Amino acid sequence: MNERCWIWITHVENVPPREGRSVTVAGREIAIFNLGDRFAAIDNRCPHKGGPLADGIVAGESVVCPLHGWRVALASGQVDRPADAAACVETFPIRVDNGMIVVGLPASLAPEETGEAA
Amino acid sequence: MTTPAAVTRLVVVGNGMAGMGCLEQILTYHPAFQVTVFGDETYVNYNRVLLSAVLAGEKADDEIVLNPLEWYRQHRIDLRLGVRIADVDAGAKTVTGNDGSVTPYDKLLLATGSTAWLPPIEGLDQDGVLAFRTLDDTRELLRRAGAGVRAVVIGGGLLGLEAARGLQVRGCEVTVVHLCASLMERQLDATGGSYLLDKLHALGVRVLLGRATAALLGDGHVTGVRFAEGGTIDADLVVVAAGIRPNVELGRRAGLEVNRGVVVNDHLETSDPDVFAVGECAEHNGVCYGLVAPVLDQGKVLAATITGHKGPRYSGTLQAAKLKIAGVDVFSAGVWADGDGHEPVRYEDPSLGVYKKLVVRDGKLAGLILVGDTSDSHRYINWMRADTDLTKQRRQLLFPAPSADDGHDVAGMADTATVCGCVGVTKGGIIHAIHQRGVNTLSQLKEATRASTGCGSCTKLCQDLLRAVAPEFEDEVKRVLCTCLPFSEDKLREILRSQRLRSVQEVLEIYGNGQGCEVCKPALSYMLDMLWCGDHEEDRSARFINDRVHANIQKDGTFSVIPRIRGGVTNPAELRRIADVAEKYHVRMVKITGSQRIDLLGVRKADLPAVWADLGMVSGQAYTKGVRMVKTCVGTEFCRFGTQDSTAAGIEMERRFEHLFTPHKVKMATVGCPRNCAEATVKDIGLVGQDGGWQVVVGGAAGKSVRRADLLATVETTEQALEASQLFFQYYRENANYLERTYDFVERVGIEKIRKETVYATDAARAALLDRFRKSKARSRDAWEEGAAPLHPTQFAPLESQDTVIR
Repeated sequence: MNERCWIWITHVENVPPREGRSVTVAGREIAIFNLGDRFAAIDNRCPHKGGPLADGIVAGESVVCPLHGWRVALASGQVDRPADAAACVETFPIRVDNGMIVVGLPASLAPEETGEAA
Repeated sequence: MTTPAAVTRLVVVGNGMAGMGCLEQILTYHPAFQVTVFGDETYVNYNRVLLSAVLAGEKADDEIVLNPLEWYRQHRIDLRLGVRIADVDAGAKTVTGNDGSVTPYDKLLLATGSTAWLPPIEGLDQDGVLAFRTLDDTRELLRRAGAGVRAVVIGGGLLGLEAARGLQVRGCEVTVVHLCASLMERQLDATGGSYLLDKLHALGVRVLLGRATAALLGDGHVTGVRFAEGGTIDADLVVVAAGIRPNVELGRRAGLEVNRGVVVNDHLETSDPDVFAVGECAEHNGVCYGLVAPVLDQGKVLAATITGHKGPRYSGTLQAAKLKIAGVDVFSAGVWADGDGHEPVRYEDPSLGVYKKLVVRDGKLAGLILVGDTSDSHRYINWMRADTDLTKQRRQLLFPAPSADDGHDVAGMADTATVCGCVGVTKGGIIHAIHQRGVNTLSQLKEATRASTGCGSCTKLCQDLLRAVAPEFEDEVKRVLCTCLPFSEDKLREILRSQRLRSVQEVLEIYGNGQGCEVCKPALSYMLDMLWCGDHEEDRSARFINDRVHANIQKDGTFSVIPRIRGGVTNPAELRRIADVAEKYHVRMVKITGSQRIDLLGVRKADLPAVWADLGMVSGQAYTKGVRMVKTCVGTEFCRFGTQDSTAAGIEMERRFEHLFTPHKVKMATVGCPRNCAEATVKDIGLVGQDGGWQVVVGGAAGKSVRRADLLATVETTEQALEASQLFFQYYRENANYLERTYDFVERVGIEKIRKETVYATDAARAALLDRFRKSKARSRDAWEEGAAPLHPTQFAPLESQDTVIR
């Protein structure tokens, strides 16, 4: 059930500190954030009106959607503003491997094409 | 058996601060008086002390009213305005007005004040020669003052200097002519006078010392001033402020004993048992007072005497004077001259412009002079009033041990210490009002005690007391920027400037929570860019997405692109390129905007650099808090009604302002005639052409609210109009809160203050604003240049995943 496949995304330098970038993996748009000492990956669609979260301003441990200011906690994917939203975005495990950002997707989302890795 | 108390007819001659101050005190005794008040001015009692604030634009006339008509009605006072009492018949006990009316009295109160003393020189009776004593004088000065008007003020005392600064603020070129070798020689020694002189020079007021005016030149209208020593200067306006003279004519007619003023004893009684005198027209112990505090002190004593509670004695008032010119702090009290047994204690710092002199006699403070820093004046004056022995405090006379609350240590003040010297309210009186009358705010305190309704210099002290004592003190809460960084924006600007901070992250780490949010980060980004004129560390992570990619994000995540079309004027080649771009990049909508521009909607972020390159036009900043556009009409080029070339002026205006950032968007317009086809009067800055010049208007709105712009200045040339606009623009950049549109800013600050600090500021202040504008402009550039030279490789392009699965 918890099987994941890990996918190389990009060089760490491609996501500047305290900013986000979007990437499409297996037809899925994911927002990658550089939090200085670590990275975070969440679904790029705001649960409110589908705003691109990667374009939001990072506020500490959260990102603020550029369209209407919904705030999403990067670790949990929980919307923490508005407080009564009770909405959530999917989060993905993320790590850095040899200067590359690597994101773990559920096996069901894994792209078909596979390659070799170290 | 009791008989109904006979009603006493009290007639008050004089509707000013002395008469009404005394009458307010009389009413507290609830006497059976039928009161008639005569005033030769046509206004209700107003605060004469604040006339200089009206002249300088700091207060409106209705803000200085002390007793509104309602007050007179409420107390059934028969108020006769515009009637001058010409005669008193002390035998028949009547007064006769210049309207022929004869009014009987049982008791007569003379509160006739004083008038400007006119020196014996020729040419005083010409047009353009005015005094500065009344609201009418002030209104007349305001009517005549203006840019380029040459004003000469005769007299370098308190009143003359306040008049001079007020006129200068209104745009006049002002020269003060003073008979003595030193300014304010009655309040300051020669050193103090020279510090004051430096400050006035710095403000741009010219001062000629040691000049006796021999005559006013002119042929019916004043044209200049000739000096006894020889030489003349030109003048369009002359203000005579050479001193005041008590109005004693009625006292003489009533047969009273009169010296310089109407002589009164310690109970404020004159030589006639039914006639009393108070204020500037009265002479007590050889002294005629000309300040508000003694006048109100006298009123309290007289109120007791006249209502049959005779007992309290008036024993003179310590005279303290404060110059009411913003930024020029001058205070003087008591005896400050050197002399036998007088020990002067001095401090001066020429580069700070601070001079302090205390004179100690027999271990007590006898007098003082403060120039450049008057923050300790209350402490000193209370020492004088209380006759405090200073032996133990000799080492801390000039520099008190710092108190915990960084202001007056209100807890340490005695209950008998005076807080408001003008009205005579003690600390104990204020505390009583707070407890007994439920006072919580400054305005309630003013209402209850009248404290801080005089010169206003005790306002801070009153607030400190309220804060310390009132259970539910409500301060004017200064809005903090956000919880990440709990400072007001004023304070933040000061911090960034003084601590030389240049990056958002640095500010957040030192003064905030280290993280920041979508509210404070863009605000700080703006402030740093503005404060350092573009020479800051730009941090795109602190910018909204629009300012990262220089386009306006739309609901579907695509962007809108609006190239700059200066003044709304384009050409076929440009239009062709726009059309080609729209087709090539499958732009979903091409829209003519309300700002005379063309909007290309639905552009993908990744395509932005190519779109800009193909357009070959610069950014229209339609996505940011910056210079939007200058909308124009066709003006004299084509329009048969045009009086100015508004199109060329608008294009030039847009060139000068473009690429700069502002607290909120700035929309401008220029129109060639008052028909206002490009709606300049509802823009942030508008130029309205008229025959022979432009009106520069600011703070207009036609959005969420509609507001007609205020007139900033009327000028002759386009260059002057653009300069006035630049002054306002830079002032707005430096003083508005982030996301505060000009129309809110102008409402909050007030157009008079803005005019005073922009178009009517000193040459030096104007040059400094323009210099910072030019520096910012020189560093600014077209944001779309980043299309060819991105700050970061993935600024516009999305990440390309390699879609490589690893184990």
